[in-house]
Amino acid sequence: MFNNFFFIGLPYAALTVMLVGSIFRYLNFGFKVSSLSTQFLETRELFYGSRPFHWGLLYLFFGHLVAFLFPRSVLLWNSVPVRLLILEIVALGFGISAFFGLYLLIVRRLKHKRLIVVANKMDIVVYVILAVQIISGLWIAFFFRWGSSWFAGTMTPYIKSIFMFTPDIAAVSAMPLAVKIHIISGFTIIGIIPFTRFMHFLVYPFSYIWRPYQYVIWNWDRKTIRKSKKLVNGVRSKNN
Amino acid sequence: MDIRSQISMVFHLDKCIGCHTCSIACKNIWTDRKGAEYMWWNNVETKPGTGYPSKWEDQDIYKGGWEIKGKKLSLKGAGKFKGLKNMFHNPNLPVIDDYYEPWTYQYEHLFEAEEGDDQPVARPVSLITGEYITPKSGPNWDDDLSGSQEYARKDVNFKNLSAQEQEAMFQLERMTMHYLPRMCNHCLNPACVAACPSGAIYKRGEDGIVLINQKKCRAWRMCVTACPYKKSYYNWNTGKSEKCLLCYPRLESGQIPACMHSCVGRIRYLGVMLYDADKIEAAASCPESELVDRQLEIYLDPFDPEVIKAAKENGIADSTIDAAQKSPVYKFVKKWGLALPLHPEFRTLPNLFYVPPLLPTMAFVENGTYETTSESFWGAIEKSRLPMKYLANLFSAGNEKTIEVVLKKLMAVRLHRRNVTVGDLPENEVTDPMKEVSMDKDTADAIFRLTSLPLFSERFVIPAAHREEAMEMLESTADVKGNHGFGFKEPPKRGL
Repeated sequence: MFNNFFFIGLPYAALTVMLVGSIFRYLNFGFKVSSLSTQFLETRELFYGSRPFHWGLLYLFFGHLVAFLFPRSVLLWNSVPVRLLILEIVALGFGISAFFGLYLLIVRRLKHKRLIVVANKMDIVVYVILAVQIISGLWIAFFFRWGSSWFAGTMTPYIKSIFMFTPDIAAVSAMPLAVKIHIISGFTIIGIIPFTRFMHFLVYPFSYIWRPYQYVIWNWDRKTIRKSKKLVNGVRSKNN
Repeated sequence: MDIRSQISMVFHLDKCIGCHTCSIACKNIWTDRKGAEYMWWNNVETKPGTGYPSKWEDQDIYKGGWEIKGKKLSLKGAGKFKGLKNMFHNPNLPVIDDYYEPWTYQYEHLFEAEEGDDQPVARPVSLITGEYITPKSGPNWDDDLSGSQEYARKDVNFKNLSAQEQEAMFQLERMTMHYLPRMCNHCLNPACVAACPSGAIYKRGEDGIVLINQKKCRAWRMCVTACPYKKSYYNWNTGKSEKCLLCYPRLESGQIPACMHSCVGRIRYLGVMLYDADKIEAAASCPESELVDRQLEIYLDPFDPEVIKAAKENGIADSTIDAAQKSPVYKFVKKWGLALPLHPEFRTLPNLFYVPPLLPTMAFVENGTYETTSESFWGAIEKSRLPMKYLANLFSAGNEKTIEVVLKKLMAVRLHRRNVTVGDLPENEVTDPMKEVSMDKDTADAIFRLTSLPLFSERFVIPAAHREEAMEMLESTADVKGNHGFGFKEPPKRGL
């Protein structure tokens, strides 16, 4: 019951809420789709918190993604013990960096009155869930080592089964508590994206890379004024 | 040739009295809101001084504007690589303390204080936290403090002045100042637009106004860094950047922007300039000494039949071309060559031009009174109180020659008018200076008229926005012909 609820019910609920909620929020509350930046009110401590936190999480996110998408390549890489060691240490390093980043960010938020003014209730939820996620991740990395290898054998099939709509929770049910917590809070994060500042990573400005620097908008093009679509069916009239 | 029209401005600094009426008019209309209290889309600074935000001109600190790297033009503190790399923490972003912490006074306390021995006072409280604060700086705390240690001494434009030249500016007898009203320049090569990762900032094709789409803005704050004039502001409450919108709702309905309308000294002029958009990139990336000239080359003569023809082909309305011909900005900038852009070395090609101040340069004191006899009038530019280099750092990227020519022209007009109204100058003292800047009497009179006695309609020439045609862009009148009024919102047809 417990396992069914958390490893079948929660993932589907979270993914559905994330998809529907994000699209709804983007379309209807486009104005609010971003993280409320506080750098303008405090910049020095943000540097030490935000940089390690974000880069750490970014690496870990893509690490999990690669392990899920290309489990065989990861196993192949790990077949040489030194390479496995390097991968694990680097991953742990980024985990610790994310942890200290988050710690500094929370301290910074509580320390400055200016930052409390611009915080909202969901930010507390964000801090708590991130703390749970990062701490449980570090716990696993430390006590249940070589996760990059056993992930491929246990987690990849589970997540794949979720996406294939044939949930198979046999492997996950047998996992230690830390891993269970990590999975549950991970799906919770996905589920609360539309309701929190997590929303901002869905709108990362990739299009900036290929657009030209200057951007001119013509509100109306005088050359096309007074062209009718309907006057003569199928034929657009010239300026009348 | 890709001709576009641009609403441009001229500020005549000799006429600015530093009253801040423009700033207040702007504040009352646009920025009297939570999160925007600290913003002054229009502000007036005293020069020499550090300005608002403090030391905004120092791009070693703020990394605003463009720079030439190799032969390519690139953003100094933002851009595709630097911007995306610094997304998690922008090292060059000014913080609110670089502007000032906005405050109000606890006025209720005057009414609600408990009865006691003391007179109740209204203490200042922060508009961010609501706590009691002691204001330490404000948007115009450098007002008139031209000789001060705190403000004038730290002026960034002193950077290439010798120690003696600087010292001379701080002697009591030689001390001088002028005001510098500033607002968004609605640049031709805007750095804020180029720096915005979300693509929220854009330049309007029709009139060149630079705007921020509040719905697309995602608070990456790169525009605040990129704008070398620091005229894009981050609203900490809404998490959006905001900037001067040149009162476009007023412009579209034929009214003048509030700052200009309210200007007490009548220093502000607004009009249309036709320009060639193909020349922008070349002009923005030319060597520093040519920047001013190359920028002025972009603007075209609205009387030239070729230009008019090309403009019409590009869809520019007749009314806009007509406004360009009457534009006071065209006269000051192109015809008479009296107005210069502020800090052209930032390479954004600003569309706000300044007639540099003549008075602080010329006036010098002898025996305790202002020496204004005719003999010293002309020689004064060389031995002026304000070093030419200082003005050159402000208005011509360090090119003293450019400033000198403008000041000589301004002086020639004065000498000519003195001859007309008082007539106490020897003939050659008037004609020689005018000859030197090749100015005839009619031009001098025209400059005098537009400087001193312009009508409201001469200072501001706004073309019609043609919103009626904008409507026809969305809905052709032919589309609703043979229909009922505005038609149905949805077609009555059933089924698929």
